[in-house]
Amino acid sequence: MKSLTFRHLTNGVVTLLMVLATLAVLTPLGLIFLHILKMGLSSISLDFFTQIPKPTGESGGGMANGLFGSGLLILMASIIGLPVGVLGAVYLTEFGSGKLATAIRFSADVLAGVPSIITGMVAYSLIVVPMKGFSALAGAVALSLIMIPIVLRTTEEQLKMVPGTLREASLALGVPLWRTSLKVMLVSAAKGVVTGILLSIARVAGETAPLLFTALGNQFWSKKLTEPIAALPLQIFNFAIAPYEDWHKLAWAGALVLVCIMFALNLGARMMGKTQRLN
Amino acid sequence: MQQQDLILGNKTMTSEQTHAETVAAPGRAGDRIFRRLTAFFALSILAILLLMIWQMTRESLPSITAFGGKFLTGSEWDAVQEEFGALPFLFGSVISSVLAILLATPLSVATALLITEIVPHRLGSAIASLVELLAAIPSVIYGLWGVLVMAPWLQRSVQPWLVDHFGFLPFFEGAPYGVSMMAGVLILAVMIVPIITAISREVLLAVPRSQREAAVALGATRWEAIRIAVLPYGKSGILGAVILGLGRAIGETMAVTMVIGNTPQISWSLLSPAYTMPSVIANEFAETTAKIHTAALMEIGLILLAVTLLINILARLLIWSVTKGQKQGAA
Repeated sequence: MKSLTFRHLTNGVVTLLMVLATLAVLTPLGLIFLHILKMGLSSISLDFFTQIPKPTGESGGGMANGLFGSGLLILMASIIGLPVGVLGAVYLTEFGSGKLATAIRFSADVLAGVPSIITGMVAYSLIVVPMKGFSALAGAVALSLIMIPIVLRTTEEQLKMVPGTLREASLALGVPLWRTSLKVMLVSAAKGVVTGILLSIARVAGETAPLLFTALGNQFWSKKLTEPIAALPLQIFNFAIAPYEDWHKLAWAGALVLVCIMFALNLGARMMGKTQRLN
Repeated sequence: MQQQDLILGNKTMTSEQTHAETVAAPGRAGDRIFRRLTAFFALSILAILLLMIWQMTRESLPSITAFGGKFLTGSEWDAVQEEFGALPFLFGSVISSVLAILLATPLSVATALLITEIVPHRLGSAIASLVELLAAIPSVIYGLWGVLVMAPWLQRSVQPWLVDHFGFLPFFEGAPYGVSMMAGVLILAVMIVPIITAISREVLLAVPRSQREAAVALGATRWEAIRIAVLPYGKSGILGAVILGLGRAIGETMAVTMVIGNTPQISWSLLSPAYTMPSVIANEFAETTAKIHTAALMEIGLILLAVTLLINILARLLIWSVTKGQKQGAA
C-alpha cells in the first residue's frame, strides 16, 4: 500500500489535471465567441438585413436573400420532416414494443450519425438529377432527412414521460386510441415536443454541407422553389474562403447573426423544457 | 391491441347493438387508420436508411466497375484524365480523425469526470451547458474562425517555432502554410470534444451511486474511487462515446474543408496541406462534368457512409449496454 500522503498527492494532481483539461475545452469556446462578437459587431449594419451581396470588388451589400432563403428552406424541411418524426414517434409509443420498433429506433439513431454531406448527395440523386437542376426543394429534402431522426427520438422520449394513468383514464372513458394518442398524449407532451422541434431546427439552421449541391446558393433573390436558393450558412462559407477583406467582414456579420439565431432557438428550447419539467 | 379492440367490440355488440354501432365502430375504424398511418411514418425512417444505402451504391456503380480495387489504392486524382484513386482522401480522413480523437478523448473524459465526480452539482451542470453550447455552434462557423483566425495564428507563431525546434522530425517538415493537417486536426478536436464530453457525462451519471460509496467507504480518495469503481463500470459507454466522436470527425465537412488546405497528397508532415473524403465531395461534387467523376465522388460518399454506419452501430450498442438499465433507449 502506498503512503497516504502519496495517495492524497495523486488525488490532488489528477484533480488539477481535470481542471486544466476543462479549461482547455472551454478556451476555444471563449475565443470563438470573442471573435464573432468583435468582428461581427464591427461589420454588421442595417444593410446586412436589407441588401443582397454586391458583385465582386464592390463594398457593402448584405445577406438578406440568404436569411430569407434559410428561413424558407427550414420551413419547407419542417413541413416534410415534422409529420414523419412526430407521427413516427407516436407509433413507437403506442405500438412500439416489438422487434420492428427496435429496428426503427436503431435506424433513427444510426441515421442521426450519417454525415450531413451524404444526405446532400442522396437528395442530389433523388431530386436534382431527375429535375435537372439545383433547387430549393432539393435543399429542403436534404435538411428534412437530418430533422426526422432528431424529432422522432426527442418526441418519443417526451411521450414516454406522460404518466400512464392519463392515458388509461382517457381509454377507460371510451375515447378511441387515436384520439387519446393525439389529444391526450401529444397535447400533454406538447412543450417537450416543441423543445425537440426547436432543437432540430437549430441543428439544420446551421447546416451547410447538405446544401452545397442541392440548394447550391444564389447571389440574387430566387423566385421559384425549383431554382437554386441562397442560404445564410452557404453565404458564410463562400465569403469566408474568398480572398476579399470585405467579404470576410460580411461572413463575420453572418456568423454573428447565425449564432444569435442558434442560441435563441436553444434558449427557447431549454426554457420550454424547464417549464415542462415543473408541471 | 387490435385483437383486444375486436373482443371489446364484440361484447358491446351482443349486449347493446345500436350503441356499439354508433360509438365503438367509428372508434375502431379510426384506430385502424391511425395505426396504419403512424406505422407508415415510422417505417419511412427505416426506408430512408435503406434508400440512402441503395442510392449511394447505385450511383457509385460506374466507378466501382471502372476502377475496382485500384480506387482504394491509387493516389492519382485527375478529373481531366478521368483517373480516380481515393487513397489521399482516405489517408487524410483517417489521420485527421484519429489524431483529433487522440487529442480530444483525454480532455473530454477529464472534463466529464470533473463535471460529474468532483465539482458541486450546480457548477457541474453550468459547465455541461457551456459545453453543450459548443456543440450547438454550426460547423461553418468553426471553419470561419479556423480559416480567418486559427490558421493565420498557426502560420505566424506555432508552426515556425515547431519548424525551428523540431524540424528534424518528419512530422514537422516543410514550410508553415497555416492551412494544414495540423489545423484540420485542431479544429476537429475542438468540434468533437463537446460530443464525447456530453455522452461520457451521461454514461458517468448512469454509474450507480453505490459503486462510488463502496469505494469511498473503504477509504479510497476521490481519484481512487473514480479509477477503481466509476471508470471500469462506465468504460464501454465511454468507449462508445469516443467511437461516436470518431464517426462525427470522419464525416465532418465544412470546418475541415476550410482549414485543411485541400491538396490531395500523402504526407506525414502535420504542416503540409491535406484532403479528406467529405472535403473532396464538398469541393468537387457541384462542378463535375463527366459522369465518371460524379460516380467516383459517389463512391467516396459510399465508403464514408459505410464507415460511419459501422462506427455508429458499434457506438450505439456500446452506449446502450451501459445506459439501457437506467433510461430505456436514451443515448
